[in-house]
Amino acid sequence: MSHVYLVLWGLLATVAMTAVLRLSQGFGWSRLSLPLLVGTFLTGQRDRAVVWGYVLYVIGGWLFAFLYFLLFDSIGLHTWWFGALAGLVHGLFLLVCVLPLLPFLHPRMASEYHGVTARRQLEPPGFMAVNYGYGTPLTMLAAQAVYGAVLGGFVQLAG
Amino acid sequence: MLETDFTTENGSARLLDLMPIDDGGRSLRPMREVLRAIEGMEGTIEIEVRLDLQPDYARRHPRPRKRGRLGWAYVWGDEVLAVRSDIELRLEGDALVGTMVLGAGERRYLSLAYTRSDPAILPPLQQHAEERIADTIHWWREWAARCRYTGPYRDQVVRSVVTLKLLTYTLSGAIVAAPTTSLPEAIGKGRNWDYRYCWLRDAGLTTQALLATGYREEAMAFLGWMLHATRLSWPELQVMYDVFGRTRLDESELTHLAGYAGSRPVRIGNDAYRQRQLDIYGEVVTAAHAAFAGNGRLDSESARMLTGLGDVVCRQWHESDSSIWEVRGPLRHYTFSKVMCWAALDGLLKLHDDGAIALAPAKVEAFDRERAAIEQAIERRGFNATIGSYASVLDGDKVDASLLLMACIGYKDADDPRMRATYDRIHQRLGRNGLLYRYERFDGIDGVEGAFGICGFWAIDNLAKRGDLDAAERRFQHMLAHANDLGLYAEEIDIASGAALGNFPQAFTHVGLINAAVAIERARA
Repeated sequence: MSHVYLVLWGLLATVAMTAVLRLSQGFGWSRLSLPLLVGTFLTGQRDRAVVWGYVLYVIGGWLFAFLYFLLFDSIGLHTWWFGALAGLVHGLFLLVCVLPLLPFLHPRMASEYHGVTARRQLEPPGFMAVNYGYGTPLTMLAAQAVYGAVLGGFVQLAG
Repeated sequence: MLETDFTTENGSARLLDLMPIDDGGRSLRPMREVLRAIEGMEGTIEIEVRLDLQPDYARRHPRPRKRGRLGWAYVWGDEVLAVRSDIELRLEGDALVGTMVLGAGERRYLSLAYTRSDPAILPPLQQHAEERIADTIHWWREWAARCRYTGPYRDQVVRSVVTLKLLTYTLSGAIVAAPTTSLPEAIGKGRNWDYRYCWLRDAGLTTQALLATGYREEAMAFLGWMLHATRLSWPELQVMYDVFGRTRLDESELTHLAGYAGSRPVRIGNDAYRQRQLDIYGEVVTAAHAAFAGNGRLDSESARMLTGLGDVVCRQWHESDSSIWEVRGPLRHYTFSKVMCWAALDGLLKLHDDGAIALAPAKVEAFDRERAAIEQAIERRGFNATIGSYASVLDGDKVDASLLLMACIGYKDADDPRMRATYDRIHQRLGRNGLLYRYERFDGIDGVEGAFGICGFWAIDNLAKRGDLDAAERRFQHMLAHANDLGLYAEEIDIASGAALGNFPQAFTHVGLINAAVAIERARA
């Protein structure tokens, strides 16, 4: 298996995950927009934030794939279901730990602590990101599981 | 922006309502916000706030959730309404309520910010709300200052173009007929329609009004939307589309709603989209001619689209339709529909002569031939010598106020004997208290409608065009007296009481006001 292909698979997994999240928005299951949340770290201009957000989000997902590959190698399991399981754990971590912390890290996100200011106007995700809709935890977990499954599945197929 | 003063025994307050102007994505401001600022003017005044949100035509009843310092949020589906106020709100049933005593000079804010599909934007209040108010005032003043009309009715004309702008869907340039549904044309009856759509019928006159007042950008956006939206059904045109260009606008009744003053049914959607109106081809071409004539060559796609409309007119002008008034019932050969078919071919030939489009010689010949045939039909069968007037339908003996448009669109000189006679007959049969009904036929729908606002303005246009300026001014003043305190018009006016009837405010009536004011000004020049 060439390591060059890992780059390609990382990109494809990110695209698949992004598609699941975007579909969730499109079908009205969740208002979570990770590109908007990521992009507004950099700029307060909504139109540019979405573009920057997508670019950074794809790069981030791509790079994260290498951690998954390391995980697969470390355990010696290269299967789609293990990838999906890793994705679910990853998703749970994001929902329970990372997203609730976001108001304290994000320069443009309102919080109970900071309130709403001229700079901080983005709605915070809340616990399990349910502020963005009760479907958000499920769609987030599904997206992460797809991400992991694609990575694991490709390694499985290539192996 | 709307200012409302409230006075009680103990004091007075001023309420300011606005939708802050969006800055086109250059900041994180909400894209859709209603902002209210209330200021104590004198003494003290008790304020009560009550918000009982029932979205989706009161078919959903979301319960607001408190989000600590971030305010309240109503969430349903993928939609959220963030409620923020510096008046303390509490839950009472499913409603948010708050009370406070406001002293002179004190100012409080209430903001409703709506978001769909994305995380909400929570707008800050106090000085930040003031910034949004100041930006919005500045934006509208600059926009209104661009109005090129400088005549004596400038305030009314500006109010009308501002209304058209407010009826414009920013993202596409489409202008809706009115922002409301089912405000009744006859109180307590069934003449209740959904007007939150874009009628091609309004296109020509709307474009003309925007261009005449210097709002070329808005006119071009509207025209661009129209040419884009109609691609789905091209070369045939649909009577109306929604602001996104969607073509299926099925009508349904909201039986759980009582209706305005008991006027039922309340309808959403509008089955008029299924109708056939031959006048709309002329409306679209007339709009294009007004916008593009003398402005160089049209792009090949637009030229192809417009030419295709001419082909449809040549094939179909002999056929019957539902008319500009969307009469529900058997199709007829309406004279005005034929006139607009003539206008479509005339506009295309003029665009060709101006060099805006290039028609093949055979096409020029065909359009010219059909235009002459239509004119012949109108003059032979559309004019009834017995009543001394053009008639509503070919070989008919009833009149119809849309025939006044024959002079407005240039089919006939307003001073032409036939046109003068038609004007007189229309006033004799359709005029009441200085206003005009649109037609004299009973259309089979429950209740009797009011006078049609725009028809009164068409009459003024006729008077101005034939040089009868005193009469035009008198009628114009009379029409102005029927606006509400904000200078706004509905579609119709109750003959007896002068009250507004139908959906409100109505773009078409304001288009009529603008074009009549411009016609008076041009006649005076």
